[in-house]
Amino acid sequence: MTDTSSHTRHPVLGPRALWTGGAILIAVLAAFLLPARLAGSPDAPLLPVSEWVDAAMNWLVRDAAIGGLSLSDVTRALAASAQWPIEALQKLLAEGWISGAGFNKKQILPPASWLGVTLATALLAGRLAGWRLGLFTIAAGTYIATFGLWTSAMMTLSSVLFCVLAALILGLMLGIRAHRSPGIEPTVRAVMNVMQTVPIFSYLLPTLLLFGYGPSAALFATVAYAMPPMVHATVLALQSVPPDTMDLARMTGCSRRQTLWKVELPVAMPRLAIGLNQVVMMTLNMVIIASMIGAGGLGYDVLRALRRLDFGAAFEAGMAIVVLAVLLDRLTQALARKQSAGLRKGRFGRDLLIAGALVLIPTALSLLVPALAIWPKAWTISVAAPLNDAVSFVNQRFYDPLEALRTFALLYVMNPIRDMMQLLPWPVVVATVTIAGWILGGVRAAMTVAALALFIVVTGYWAAAMGSLYLTLLSVLVSLAIGFPFGIWAASRPRTQQAVQIFLDTLQTLPTLVYLLPAVMLFRNGDFSALIAIVSYAVAPAVRYGIDGMLHVPSERVEAAAMAGCSRWQTFRYVRLPGALPTLLLGVNQTVMMALSMLVIAALVGTRELGQEVFTSLSQGLAGPGIVGGLCVACLALIIDTLLKAAAARATQQDRSSHV
Amino acid sequence: MKKTFAAATLAAFLLGGTAQAFEPESDQPIKLMQADWTSSLVDTEILNIILSTFGYTVEKVIADDSARYPGFENGDLTIALETWQTTQDKAFNASVATGKVLDMGELGPKAREDWWYPSYMEELCPGLPDWTALKNCAEAFAAPETAPKGRYLGAPVSWGGFDEERIKALDLPFEVVHAGTDAAMFAELRAAYERKAPILLWVYKPHWAPSVYDGKFVEFPPYEEACYSDPSWGLNKDMAYDCGKPQGWIKKMAWAEGEKIWPCAYDITRKFTMDGDEVGKLVYEVDVNGRTVEDVAMEWAKANEAKWRDWAACAAN
Repeated sequence: MTDTSSHTRHPVLGPRALWTGGAILIAVLAAFLLPARLAGSPDAPLLPVSEWVDAAMNWLVRDAAIGGLSLSDVTRALAASAQWPIEALQKLLAEGWISGAGFNKKQILPPASWLGVTLATALLAGRLAGWRLGLFTIAAGTYIATFGLWTSAMMTLSSVLFCVLAALILGLMLGIRAHRSPGIEPTVRAVMNVMQTVPIFSYLLPTLLLFGYGPSAALFATVAYAMPPMVHATVLALQSVPPDTMDLARMTGCSRRQTLWKVELPVAMPRLAIGLNQVVMMTLNMVIIASMIGAGGLGYDVLRALRRLDFGAAFEAGMAIVVLAVLLDRLTQALARKQSAGLRKGRFGRDLLIAGALVLIPTALSLLVPALAIWPKAWTISVAAPLNDAVSFVNQRFYDPLEALRTFALLYVMNPIRDMMQLLPWPVVVATVTIAGWILGGVRAAMTVAALALFIVVTGYWAAAMGSLYLTLLSVLVSLAIGFPFGIWAASRPRTQQAVQIFLDTLQTLPTLVYLLPAVMLFRNGDFSALIAIVSYAVAPAVRYGIDGMLHVPSERVEAAAMAGCSRWQTFRYVRLPGALPTLLLGVNQTVMMALSMLVIAALVGTRELGQEVFTSLSQGLAGPGIVGGLCVACLALIIDTLLKAAAARATQQDRSSHV
Repeated sequence: MKKTFAAATLAAFLLGGTAQAFEPESDQPIKLMQADWTSSLVDTEILNIILSTFGYTVEKVIADDSARYPGFENGDLTIALETWQTTQDKAFNASVATGKVLDMGELGPKAREDWWYPSYMEELCPGLPDWTALKNCAEAFAAPETAPKGRYLGAPVSWGGFDEERIKALDLPFEVVHAGTDAAMFAELRAAYERKAPILLWVYKPHWAPSVYDGKFVEFPPYEEACYSDPSWGLNKDMAYDCGKPQGWIKKMAWAEGEKIWPCAYDITRKFTMDGDEVGKLVYEVDVNGRTVEDVAMEWAKANEAKWRDWAACAAN
């Protein structure tokens, strides 16, 4: 793709690439010729949108009522009812039954013993997915207990279980609804995209007012963030059910409900499982942010440890989150597979009895042997001290070369790009993306893209948005440059798959702050540390889609190429790569989305862009600017999404037409 | 096992019985605001222990420092022990002026926050801690991207602090780089301190850092209200902010209507005070020695039982 002479036979863009190139050239030229007033960004918002939003929010939170019942009363009742099962679970797993408080605090019943819970879960895991997962469960439970993280882990687990369940049920319901009435499907998809890309911090303030301060607001935010992938997956899964299967259901006289539960959902199960996986990952990904706003547990442990710069302890608690994520994911996946294969009922009952006994006996014994209830503090293991020493060692020995790297990147790459993008006049940028939309996806795409870009201009967030865009684009480029080659390499080595999977799961669920703060020690506050944070999170989808794209190139094509005497490089360049292109483009799309969703975390190490605007409005208690800033992030995301989706559709088309 | 259980219940009943001679005015939960810095975690837990001991239903609710006011005005939050004048002065006074929030008096410790440097920098920049020394040693504090200006690591943007304005008003050859969070700010301090590298940053106390790292606050012209509001005040006749940051009280605040619901709890809260050094030590135990907030607070409560029982005279009968 580097040689300019190949424009005309380019597999993706064809002759239209000339148009795009021309448009960009005009844009750059215009940047220098336009009057200075239009250059860069409009100084003040053209419309006071954030004030309108503020007013609307005030009304919604304070005065809105449905038939005499105020909205905030309804939401508060909802919050209280969601709180109840979680508190019950927390009593059971983490705290036990306690009466009184302060000097009168008395433990009446102990929580379920760590040994019992671990063994029972291991039994379940063994039955569902084989002895290897069973062993992993025991190792995981032992790690969490002996490192003194059990109580926090169970607090987290209680709310995570509830959130996963809520996101799963709501996502399924919405997905089924959207699938059945294709009219509302685009709307649902748009709303889900916005939900996923508006940073949580931006709607936190109204959430706090509606649901009350504390854990309920955190629950709401988590479900809102984790549900969209389930909706997408449900719609996709149901669409993929073959028409013949549906015909069969109709002919055998299934009712609508029977068709759904006995035919459609079981057939769609493998694809639904992908959605479930994402729900689990996203929920655990939210653990940190949720604990910033009132959920306790492991996330809170991580934050506390980081506050005293105890990186080792933060890492230990962070790894416990990863362990929970991996375990929960593998268990739910196995359950989904079993569900579609049909569960054997008889054995299930007996297992339940054994599991119950496994939990109850150690718990009862823990009244006599307290070590079974909570692992004694004196026995806890910790690797925090050597980890902290390692960070200090690197800081003292390797700071100078790292500083040279940072300075080079900042002075010669990042700052120039940032300054250039800040200088680009907004009319030119808007025009360029509109033309790109028209070339790639036609009039509709052009209109969508233009409207979204103009929203950012009108609300006065243009400069901040360009800051976000520069950081996002750079991080995406780096992520792709690392992720795709690595993914393509991993795809050709099936043996590495499992290790790669675990590595990616870790990247996606280990709280970013855990490795971000050591990075700040080495690279200081600022954009370079932010870049590292974003890349380390956004590289995961790049690798995943890299692997996926390569594995799904039809084998006949590869064989045909081999028979035609292609070299390995030729097969890769002319067969595998074009075949994988649609998937790779989707990978680019997901990488961009992940990068954008990390902007708020990046704000925590001192960037200056939309994420920071949102974060600042939150801490100053300004609902309007927070929401509008968040919507601008969503606009950026949707613009890029529209363009890339259109490009991917074209690539698929071309791929088909060139191989028929 | 059954026997143990019965015995435990009985014991709980008996113990509860003796301590609950005082009957709280209401069993509605008192919601203590829990902010995210350590001193507030510890003193809030101490108040939790005291109020719970007298039978009040207490909940701890995590809330953001600046986002707390609507919560206090509508009763979502009942009591907060730490409101710092240094950052919350305006918002606090505005909230008290609505009549929905009560000023419950000072907690005791005095807050200080300002530009701070490690002591080894005095060799590289002679004349410190006087602020005028900074005019001649921008180079000593410079980073490649700010050179020839010095690099000053400011607090997260949301904390305010007027450092950009201060630099302009006092004509200092420095550039502000904002840290994203408290932790990120002190991570940089630790990194620099370990290497004895130059650093100039925003530090506040009570906090563990000034007790672990040896250093000093830069002495700017002392703050007066007029300095921030009146440009003609001070050295620079045309600009405000030509002085240091306000040092000030840390106050307790409460939801006004709660006074009628739990008068005795409010009385206890008004009398609740702590010594600045004492708070510093508690913070050190938690942040540096890594003990849990609950342990440290309970230890204080046990050691000072006479003191807080004295505050709770209204609950003594």
